[in-house]
Amino acid sequence: MSVVPAQVLPGGVPAVPETARDTDGLGPPARLWPSLAAVYRAQLSRARVARIPLLFVATFQSVGIAVMMRGVVDSGTEAQSVVAGSAVLVVAYVALNLLSQYFGQLRASGGLDHYATLPVPPAAVVLGAAAAYASFTVPGTLVTAVFGCALFGLPLSNLWILLLVIPLAGAALSGLGAACGLLAPRPELATLLGQLGMSAALLLGVLPADRMPEIIRLARDLLPSTYGVEAYARTFDGRPDWAVVLADLGVCAGVGVVSLAVATWAYRRAAVR
Amino acid sequence: MRAVQAPREDEVVRVRGLTKTYPAVKGRRGTPGTPEVRATDGVELGVRRGEVFGLLGPNGAGKSTLVRQLTGLMRPDAGSVEILGHDIVRHPERAARLLAYLGQESSALDELTVSLAAETTGVLRGLDVRRARAERDAVLEELGLAPIAGRALKKLSGGQRRLACFAAALVGERPLLVLDEPTTGMDPVARRAVWAAVDRRRAERGTTVLLVTHNVIEAETVLDRVAVIDRGRVIACDSPAGLKEQVSGEVRVELVWRERAPLEVPEVAALHERAAESGRRWTLRLAPEEARAAVATVTGGAAFAALDDFTLATPSLEDVYLALGGAARQGLVKA
Repeated sequence: MSVVPAQVLPGGVPAVPETARDTDGLGPPARLWPSLAAVYRAQLSRARVARIPLLFVATFQSVGIAVMMRGVVDSGTEAQSVVAGSAVLVVAYVALNLLSQYFGQLRASGGLDHYATLPVPPAAVVLGAAAAYASFTVPGTLVTAVFGCALFGLPLSNLWILLLVIPLAGAALSGLGAACGLLAPRPELATLLGQLGMSAALLLGVLPADRMPEIIRLARDLLPSTYGVEAYARTFDGRPDWAVVLADLGVCAGVGVVSLAVATWAYRRAAVR
Repeated sequence: MRAVQAPREDEVVRVRGLTKTYPAVKGRRGTPGTPEVRATDGVELGVRRGEVFGLLGPNGAGKSTLVRQLTGLMRPDAGSVEILGHDIVRHPERAARLLAYLGQESSALDELTVSLAAETTGVLRGLDVRRARAERDAVLEELGLAPIAGRALKKLSGGQRRLACFAAALVGERPLLVLDEPTTGMDPVARRAVWAAVDRRRAERGTTVLLVTHNVIEAETVLDRVAVIDRGRVIACDSPAGLKEQVSGEVRVELVWRERAPLEVPEVAALHERAAESGRRWTLRLAPEEARAAVATVTGGAAFAALDDFTLATPSLEDVYLALGGAARQGLVKA
C-alpha cells in the first residue's frame, strides 16, 4: 500500500493523475444483491430473538377484528372487504408500524453508524430490512385470511393471490414505514407515525367503504394498502375481473417503488449528519 | 499551540484545521436553550502508518465529533481530512472502503448471533460469502469467541458484546482501524485479546489504529502517540513518555482521611489550599521535596490518626492533562 507522495500537499496540484490515486488503498465496495441478501438474512434472524411475540400480536389483532366485524356485517361484498382488510392489516402492522419503530430507534441510538461506515449501497440496507419485515407478515396474513374465510363462508380458492398482495402491499407499506422512521426527528415521533399509519389502514381498510362519507373515501384512495385490500377482495367473486385486480396490484407496485426510493433517500440523509 | 508541522510522508491520516460548530438551540417551554458549541476547533493531526494513535480527553471534549468527521459520518464546517491520500470531506463515502470503525453503539447488531454479526459485517464490507465465513471463523477463534458464537449479542455481558462488535470490525481487513473506546466493560482477558489482535495486525500488515479513550492507564500502555483533546482543541500531541516529561518535576500525592481532614494541624491546613478535594480524598501535585515533607507531616503526630491511606506516584497522563490546563477535573478514568 502506498501513501501520498510528498508533492501532493494541501492546495498543491496532484502529482499523480486522479484516476491512478482513486483506488489507492480502497477496499472493494459491497455489491447490491449480495449485501441485500446479507441484510435480509440478518433481519430475518432477528425474528427468532425479538419478533415472534409481536407477530402473534399482529395475527390475534386481525383475527379479533374479523370476529368483531362478524357481528356487524353478514356476507356479500362487505364480508369480502372485511376479510381482505383484516388480512392486509397484518402487513400494515408489521411493515409500517414495526419497521418505522425499528428504523426510528436505530437512528436515535446511533446504530445507523454501523451501516454508514460500511461500503454498502443504501438501497441494500433499506430493501433488505423492508423485504424481511414483509416476510414476517406472511404467516399472520395467511392465518387471518383462512380464519376470515371460514368465519364468513368465503371461498379459499384464490388465496394464492396473497402471494402477490403481500410483497407488493408490503413494499409500499414498508417503504412508507422505513421513510417515517428515518425522517422522524425523534424515535417517539417515528412510533407515533407508524401507529397512525396502522390506524389508518385499520379504519380505512377493514370498514366497508360504502358506508363512509366522501372525504373518508378520498383518504382511503390515498392509502396504498387499500389497493392490496381491493385486489384480494375482488378475487372472492365467482368470476373475478382479473384486469382490475392486476391494476390494483400495479398501483401497489408503483407506490412501492416510489416509497422505497424515498426511504433510500431518507436513509442517506439520516446516515450522514 | 504548536506551529503546524510539515506533513510527513508516512502519514495515513492527515487532519488540517478541522472545525465543527453545533448551532445554538433555542429554549422551548420547560427546556432551557443551549448556546453554540464548538465541538472541534481547528484540529491538526497526523497519524503515521503502523502506529497506535490515541485521542485522549474527558467526555464532551470533542473526541467523538472528531471521529465522526474522520469516518465520513459528519461533514465539517471547515478544514480537511485525508486518509491514504483520499479527501474524505469531498468523498465521505470512501471512508468506508479505507477504514473499519468500531463505534460505541451496538444496536445494529444486538439481536444477531455473534457469528452472524461478524459474517454479515464482512459481506457488507465487500467480501463474498465464502471469504466472509472464513474470516469470521478465524477472527472468532482468535478472540476466543468461538464458544459463544451462536448466542445473540444482547444476551451477552457488556464486555462480551463489545468484544463481539470488535470481532465484526476485524472481518474484512482495512489498513486503518478506528476504535471508539473498544475495551469498555471488558475483563482483563478480553482486553488482552483485543490488544493482541491489534498488535498482530500491525506486525503482519502494518495496520494503523486510531483509538479514542478516556482511560489513562490504557492510554499509557498501548499508545505510541497521543493527542490530548480539550474543549475541541488538541492541547498536546506526543508519545505518552514525552508528554509525561513535561510534568516530570512533579509527584502526585493522594491522601484519604478516615472521617475528615485534621485542619487544626497547621501543615495540613496549608496542604488543603493546594489539594483537589473529592470526598475524603485529596490529590496534590507537588515538587519531590514538598511531597517528602507532606508525607512526613501526615504520617506523624495528630494527622496520622486521621489518615486512612496515602499514595505517592509518578505523574500519569491525567496529570499531564491537568497541567496543560485541561478543563475537566474528574473526566479521566484510571482503571
